[in-house]
Amino acid sequence: MKHVVGLRCRECGRPFPLEALHVCDFCFGPLEVDYDYERIAASITREKIAAGPRSIWRYRELLPVDDEAPVDLGAGFTPLVRADRLAAELGLGELWIKDDTANPTGSFKDRVVSVALTKARQLGFKVAACASTGNLANSVAAHAARAGMASVVLIPKDLEDAKVIMTAVYGGTVVAVDGSYDEVNRLCAELASEHPSWAFVNVNVRTYYAEGSKTLAFEVAEQLGWRAPDHVVVPIASGSQLVKVAKGFAELGKVGLLGEAPAVRVSGAQAAGCSPVATAFAEGSDAIRPVKPKTIAKSLSIGNPADGWYALQAIRQSGGSCAAVTDDEVIEGIRLLARTEGIFAETAGGVTIATLAKLAAAGIVRSDERVVALVTGHGLKTVEALRGSVGPTAVIAPTLDAFDRALGADLDLGEPR
Amino acid sequence: MSVAVRIPTQLRTLTGGSGQVAVEGGTVGEVLHALDAGHPGFAERLFDEGGQLRRFVNVFLADEDVRFLQGLETPVGEGQVVSIVPAVAGG
Repeated sequence: MKHVVGLRCRECGRPFPLEALHVCDFCFGPLEVDYDYERIAASITREKIAAGPRSIWRYRELLPVDDEAPVDLGAGFTPLVRADRLAAELGLGELWIKDDTANPTGSFKDRVVSVALTKARQLGFKVAACASTGNLANSVAAHAARAGMASVVLIPKDLEDAKVIMTAVYGGTVVAVDGSYDEVNRLCAELASEHPSWAFVNVNVRTYYAEGSKTLAFEVAEQLGWRAPDHVVVPIASGSQLVKVAKGFAELGKVGLLGEAPAVRVSGAQAAGCSPVATAFAEGSDAIRPVKPKTIAKSLSIGNPADGWYALQAIRQSGGSCAAVTDDEVIEGIRLLARTEGIFAETAGGVTIATLAKLAAAGIVRSDERVVALVTGHGLKTVEALRGSVGPTAVIAPTLDAFDRALGADLDLGEPR
Repeated sequence: MSVAVRIPTQLRTLTGGSGQVAVEGGTVGEVLHALDAGHPGFAERLFDEGGQLRRFVNVFLADEDVRFLQGLETPVGEGQVVSIVPAVAGG
């Protein structure tokens, strides 16, 4: 794998070998993959990418693992949808939705897990494990099944039914923990020390795993005809996805796939019931104070975000913003996206759309910008959130009479839009 | 007050490979400094120049993040467990 030099501590710069390591053993800073960008720039071309598979693996030269047969369910290359009707509602101009609900297990997590398990298998691991708010659990269980690996998935016990069943069906070990995600995560960080033969995708192989999120930026640029957007809106849980999306655009400039270094504003979206990054941004503070989450957006319920600080830096350096929205706004965001564009997002997608609406109303996301909003998980995973908000217009007996009585006179379908 | 401190993989070179160490102290801060006294190298890894916990270090007392308690001033009780856990995990 000549395009990767090794690992390096993001804080103190100490080098590390390409093993299952995620933090510096001196300063505890996160390890980053150290690429040989000159070598990549000399070899990568738009044509080569276009000839690759319709998945994240078309960008293998910018991923930290080289394998002719990756652990792959087909993650990535999801639709980038022009969203004119949503744009009109929000007073925006050129708006696109990156529809990552279309991934194999219904969320962007398939991108990171495909990378993580390919690397884990290469390193000789037989067991895939993770701490998850649900989407990662689904994806790890599915990809482990695909790879013939055992899986051990730890989740908070109050997750949505669909997320629990969509994990358990693949036949691995699923442990529901009586605690919050942050507690599950702490347990996994400790378990990783006690079970070094397990690949915890977001602990000891996190350095590789996190790189998978860069493919969101790569695809957006390619699908826009190798142009960068002016502004992307990204949901924040741990903050890793936002940091890697920013990194992805920067890398495209670095290896010559985009003309100049692109200037992409990156804005973050959080739920008000779990908004440590948005709070720090609003206060102009550098300190991310951990919180105890309380929101329907469970997939974003990380009160102590591992990459919160880096997400905050990426937002500020790019000239982006960060905002938080209430649970009612989240539900309205889900309904707005569904009503205008025919895309059904989970609660995290509702957070993104509601935040986009808020930032647009404030003039921060502007109508003269090319805007992309990342919708990262499918609505079927969190139907509970909409119970009581949407349902049948009427419940009737199977007769014409009953139909007319319930709907006939007043049925207003509006003008086709 | 004798408490147990759980040591993450990354720091076990300082404890001769041991994953748990017993030390004395009345507060979380005293416990961590006592740990350094017995196993030199902990303090420079856990604390920044200002004596505060580094950004990427989480410390838990009886499974609760000490930042939700009284930080390094949090009193510890006999037999309680203090865990040092790298912050960069999850998500």
